[in-house]
Amino acid sequence: MGDSRDAKRVRNRLALRDSALNLDLDLTRRDVLKIAGYGSLAAFIAACGGSTTTNTGITATGGKMSLGSYNTDPGSKAGTQAIVDAFTAANGGTKVTVNTVDHGTFQNQISSYLQGTPEDAFTWFSGHRMRFFASKGLATPINDVWDAVKSNYTAGFAASVKGDDGNVYAIPTDYYPWAIFYRKDVWAAHGYSIPADWDAFKALCQKMKGDGLIPIAFADKDGWPAQGTFDILNLRLNGYDFHTQLLTGKQKWTDPRVAAVYKKWSEITQYYSPAFAGLTWEQGADQLLRKQAGMYLLGLFVSDEFKASGSQADLDQLDFFPFPNLGTQYDAEKALDAPIDVYMLTKKSPTLSADMGQAKAFMEFVSKGSTQVTYWKSAPGSIPTASDADTSQYPALTKKAVQIVSAAQRITQYFDRDSRPDFSGPNGMQGFLLKFLANPSGDTTSLQGQMQAFWDSLPPE
Amino acid sequence: MAPARAREASAAGPLVATRRKRRYTLLTRHDKIIIALMVGVPLTLDLLLIWGPTLASVALSFTNWQNIGPITGKNFVGFKNYQFLFTGYTLFWPAFLHNLIWLAWLTLIATPLGMFFAVLLDREMRGARIYQSVFFLPVVLSLVVVGFIWDLQFAPTDGFINNVLGTSHSANVIDWLGNPRINLFSLLIATSWRHIGYIMILYLAGLKSVDPSLREAARVDGATEVQTFFRVVLPVMAPINVIIVVVTAIEALRAFDIAFIINQGKNGLELLSILIYNNSISEASLVGFGSAIAVILLLISLVPIVAFLSRVMRTLA
Repeated sequence: MGDSRDAKRVRNRLALRDSALNLDLDLTRRDVLKIAGYGSLAAFIAACGGSTTTNTGITATGGKMSLGSYNTDPGSKAGTQAIVDAFTAANGGTKVTVNTVDHGTFQNQISSYLQGTPEDAFTWFSGHRMRFFASKGLATPINDVWDAVKSNYTAGFAASVKGDDGNVYAIPTDYYPWAIFYRKDVWAAHGYSIPADWDAFKALCQKMKGDGLIPIAFADKDGWPAQGTFDILNLRLNGYDFHTQLLTGKQKWTDPRVAAVYKKWSEITQYYSPAFAGLTWEQGADQLLRKQAGMYLLGLFVSDEFKASGSQADLDQLDFFPFPNLGTQYDAEKALDAPIDVYMLTKKSPTLSADMGQAKAFMEFVSKGSTQVTYWKSAPGSIPTASDADTSQYPALTKKAVQIVSAAQRITQYFDRDSRPDFSGPNGMQGFLLKFLANPSGDTTSLQGQMQAFWDSLPPE
Repeated sequence: MAPARAREASAAGPLVATRRKRRYTLLTRHDKIIIALMVGVPLTLDLLLIWGPTLASVALSFTNWQNIGPITGKNFVGFKNYQFLFTGYTLFWPAFLHNLIWLAWLTLIATPLGMFFAVLLDREMRGARIYQSVFFLPVVLSLVVVGFIWDLQFAPTDGFINNVLGTSHSANVIDWLGNPRINLFSLLIATSWRHIGYIMILYLAGLKSVDPSLREAARVDGATEVQTFFRVVLPVMAPINVIIVVVTAIEALRAFDIAFIINQGKNGLELLSILIYNNSISEASLVGFGSAIAVILLLISLVPIVAFLSRVMRTLA
């Protein structure tokens, strides 16, 4: 009963908004058609960047709601507070209770959290990790909200928030691409140029080694950074479809195509940072920052480490390029990891039925470009997802990040978001990849067998 | 015949009971209530908070429950978890071995060193108090803090140790924490840093309580220092020695904090306790499989616990 009433309220509100913004939406639809011609799913972001679709139609509902947040870094915490305050101001003084939990703890406890007495809305990841809890009935579908805001998103983002049952469960709010980062000044000093293919990449590594640099900063003490290299090599060698099937158990880890990934990988491990298994990703970023390393394959959040150094000059030198082509048919996909962060509604929140209107208003609010830009100002490593985000304030690095994602035909979420957490965790693939990296040139047959045996041992999801 | 015997028995029953009752009537009703409360409350808490979860773990170890939804008949998989644990899980035996190495290191190196320091300090040499404070200082830190401290010391490029040894450069860097051949021993050094002080204080307290006249008697009889220690002091200290052995065993079995701080217990730092955590409490939520590992750790832990308790019981008796 409560649900249908809420749905009607949201529908009415949205109808109001639709009529008010008819012109803008038309413009957007024309853009969609134009972009469809280019065939690039995310080019939409760039094309719509300048348009002025402002979502102002939400009826103020006052009342209250609650939000469980894992944004504990100083920047992201301030950003969350800023958007919550803006929501309260814009939504008739809705009182939002924010429960901020340490990021790692939140992740580890997520299962108990969602089954206990969670807040109405919560911060989470898209990909397998979203679909898993949605399929367990621990998230509330928000198709009605999505129908109202979907014109503000590209097809890639739309696909990223769909559950296995076809319902929409989340609002994507920010993302960051993985690419190879470098310092412009170091490259200019040595006269390096961006390698177009694998051989040029390896030649560049060799040259850097000769120049006394660590060619590729690599830091895998935390276990997950190595998964980024596995992702991109598998995507380039075997394509998006094989990659996603492998990570969800529909392909075997003993497949010769997986062996090919390890073989390719072993060609560049000699250029990695010494003692990489004892380095944290921050220490790896430090090698790049201090001009000891030439390149670093990581997410855009590496810029946070540059920013933390306190020197704008260093941050201005940071640049990146997409992973080189490997000469396969899958180069054309230009696939890459660009994890998307989302907001979702819980199912078991005791207050959700009473707060449904406010919670859905909040979901609408976070789908706006203006809201996401507010957050981005505090956490510059997170790029807004909405098409109407004001991109004019973006620095060159962010603009380029938008571009590289726009050019991608396929986007993945990162190994540990696309696969089961028990499989990708420290005693799973993190450990296996470290084992591989300890002896990269060896035969990987038995290691692949162990990976498959581990997958097979896991209970059905 | 049979009814008669039954009658006899029933006649004897109350008689014995009344006789027994009479023997214990030294306690008033008030006393009995107090005793019932003093035994009952801790017993209830013990059953509720310790034996309840323990038995629940054992039951869960026969399921494939993932911490979602109710446990139904379908979740029970018999001995499948144990079967995979012993035959298919590549991390179980390494973790078991690492716990054994941990135990061996503490027993053969760290604990004797702590005892040795205690003996030295007991001789009341100059500055003994200062040494005592220095060695004891790490004990007041939690193992998590000890982990953080040594994580920084062992860092490959900017850590103190490699910079002092001159091994922080690309060509000769020693990866104390990332090299699976040596990282366990790096951790053992870190854990010994704290363990030595702990054992030292325990043993020092024991040494202080040894009757000085025993040593004097030994000296009068012409025993050397070493002989006095091994033939006289050590046997007198038997109760303390048992505690030291048990403490050492427990420290080895519950090893978790440092390895978890360093790298969440992978890449050569697998320990049984960490496998339990990573499988059942983390986002993985393989509660059933994690419980199976926990049951194995419980069985292993029972050995020193039973040894300790039987020793304590014998002393009391």
